[in-house]
Order: sequence, then C-alpha cells, then structure tokens
Amino acid sequence: MSLARTASQTIGPFYNFALLGGADNDLTRRSKGGPQAAGEVVEIKGRVIDGDGAACACALVEVWQADAEGRYGADRDPNFAGFGRTLTDNDGYYTFTTVLPGPVPGKGNSWQAPHMSMSLHSGGLLKQVNTRLYFPNDDANADDPVLSGIEDDGQRSTLVARAAGEGRYEFDVILQGEGETVFFQL
Amino acid sequence: MANTTDVTGRHYPDSGQNTDPPYLHPDYKSTIKKSPQRPLVALEHSVTELSGPAFEAGEAGENDLTVQGDAMPLGERIDIQGRILDEEGNAYAGALVEMWQANASGKYRHINDGREAPLDENFIGAGRCVTDAEGWYSFRSIRPGPYPVPGGWWRPAHLHFSVTGPSVVTRLITQMYFPGDPLLEDDPIFHSIADDAAREALIGKFDLTLGEPSVSLGYRFDMVLRGQAAG
Repeated sequence: MSLARTASQTIGPFYNFALLGGADNDLTRRSKGGPQAAGEVVEIKGRVIDGDGAACACALVEVWQADAEGRYGADRDPNFAGFGRTLTDNDGYYTFTTVLPGPVPGKGNSWQAPHMSMSLHSGGLLKQVNTRLYFPNDDANADDPVLSGIEDDGQRSTLVARAAGEGRYEFDVILQGEGETVFFQL
Repeated sequence: MANTTDVTGRHYPDSGQNTDPPYLHPDYKSTIKKSPQRPLVALEHSVTELSGPAFEAGEAGENDLTVQGDAMPLGERIDIQGRILDEEGNAYAGALVEMWQANASGKYRHINDGREAPLDENFIGAGRCVTDAEGWYSFRSIRPGPYPVPGGWWRPAHLHFSVTGPSVVTRLITQMYFPGDPLLEDDPIFHSIADDAAREALIGKFDLTLGEPSVSLGYRFDMVLRGQAAG
C-alpha cells in the first residue's frame, strides 16, 4: 500500500497561543525547576531575516539535538529535553538555552561534529525549512560529512554559529538572498 | 514537553512523492521574500534525523476546545477524528497533534488579529492530544468562521494542524478545510498545492457517525506522514 503524503500548509501568523508553553526554549531541564542536564550550558541567540533583510517576526523555530555525551536514545541524560521550540520576537530574534551537544555517529565509522537540527515555520513559508547549527572553532567540523559536503566556503559558513562571549553563540537564519542559509532536503 | 526519544524502526526514504507546495507561490504574496532561492542541499539521514521527541498523552480535556471557558462557546459544534499514518498505512503512535483555529466569527485570540470581529470569551481555540497505539487523534471544537485577509482575499474556514514526532523528517504543519466551501476556489494558500488529489485530501470528510447525536457534526481527517516500516 502506498498512501499519498499529506501536503504542508503555512503555519500562518496566529499560532503562538496554541504551540508555545512556558519554557520550551530551555532544553537544559525537562520541567521548570527540575534538575539540570549535564554539560556546558550555552545560550544560542539569532535572528530570522527575509529577502529584504527585514526581521521575520512570529517564526516558529524548533531544535533537536543530542545530549552532552552525543546521545539521542533511551540512554540519553534523563534531565535533558533534546527538543525545543520558540517564537521570534518583533525584531526577529529567538533564544535557546541548552547544553553543548557531544559528537554523534555518522555513516559507517565516521563521526559528525556537534550540531543541532533546526527547522523553521512562518507565515509566508508554505512548508518548513530545515538547517543545522554547528559550533565555531570545533576541530571536528573539518571532518563532518555534512559540512565537508558543501564546497562553497560562504555557504558552509552559514551553518556555523558565531562565538559571542563565554557560553554564548549567535546564529542567524537568512531565508533568501545574500548570505542565504543552507537549507536541506531531508 | 518532550519525553523520551522514540526510534521507531522506520526509515524515511524519498518515495518520490511531491505533494507539498513550493516555497515560492507568488499568488500568496508573503512567500515572495521568504522563499529560499538556492536549491536545497540533499542530507543523508543520520541518527539526528532518525530520532526525535516522543510525547506522553496529554491531560483529559486538552482536546476539547468547547470546555475551556466558563460556558459553551458560540458556534456549530464539530468532532474531528483521524489517524496519523505512514506511507504504508502503519500508525504513528505517540505523535503530538496540536490544533488551533479562529472562533465562529473568524477571529483569532491573538494580539495581531486586528480585524473588527468579536472574540468569544468562552473560546481560546487551541487544543492538543497524543495519538494512541492505532494512530488515532480526536478533537471537539466549533466550526471556525472564514475571515478576510487584509487587502486581499477571504480565507475559507480552516483548522490548523501541527504534528510533531517521531522525527524532523515527519514534521507536518497543515490545514483542514471543510467540504463545499465556495471560498476554496480562490484561496491561494489552498491552491499553492499543485496536485489536485493532494489538495482535495486537505478537505475533511463529513461523517455524521463521527459526531454525537443531536450534539455535534463529525469530520474525518487522516494525515499521512513520510516514512515506511524498516526492512
């Protein structure tokens, strides 16, 4: 049997009362006031920008990542959420608090550099865009199969966050035009 | 909100189906500056794409949008039921299904909805549930009203659906429409889907047996996510 896949439609502008809870952008705890996940706590801040360079407000940003030891499965740190979502503000900014992920297995014997999977929905987007966030100054980036598969230096650099001080990283998502973020066909 | 990781034993090959709309659909003007222009880069699925969040069943009543106020909201009561399936018809259990909508006047409880139409103090317009072992979800609500898009067209009555889990590859946000709505003919968002059958599949199927006698009207709306059983 082969069923036709259900088509995507835009999230539209009026959803935040439905999809957002209190602390969904804090991956370091499974519940408010609960124990903190192991690892180095980091803050990721970024801006979502459209083809005019204008802020993309009310975009839904979702992330999925391994814990500090690079685990996704049932053996994962029980205090680590792994999945998070948040909304961009009127100036297009989003923020996540998380722990630095560990390296995770790739194809065969290869390893992938620490990364986060990131997806965005917005009014004006008829289906999600998918990208990845890598961390700067990580030696493993050079051997990462996804990063090294992108030949153009400028395009590859759109997947690497900027260091912005102790435990802080910045990662903008440019939907269109100059500096357009690399988006993946999953 | 996320619970344990669910590695489902499925894989997500590209089955060649292309039901989704393109990023750029100029009739829906908001896509013009938000659509990526470079081709997407193929990404071979790794454990990052094959794993994802799983969700625990919500609290009772979270899927009944008619009991969130002190009294019953205005409007025609409806029941929506359906299954979340993969491309082979296997159930997706434990998927988070969220639904949100305008009220019977076509007004959202949202600060940016500036349209002159009344809010209903007994209607928030958002619910959630987690699919059971057979992939079923259900919601009770009221039929939303259509509404005009500022400076543009009228949106047909619709329910927004978000399905999360088990993987980023299966993530789906879509809308369910109502059969026989004359506004469907000119809605650029509905018509962003080129394939006739894929477009029509977003129209819920009226089914009186899914409603409660003398209380509500029923609609069936299944959603098919990417994926096949492993093997």
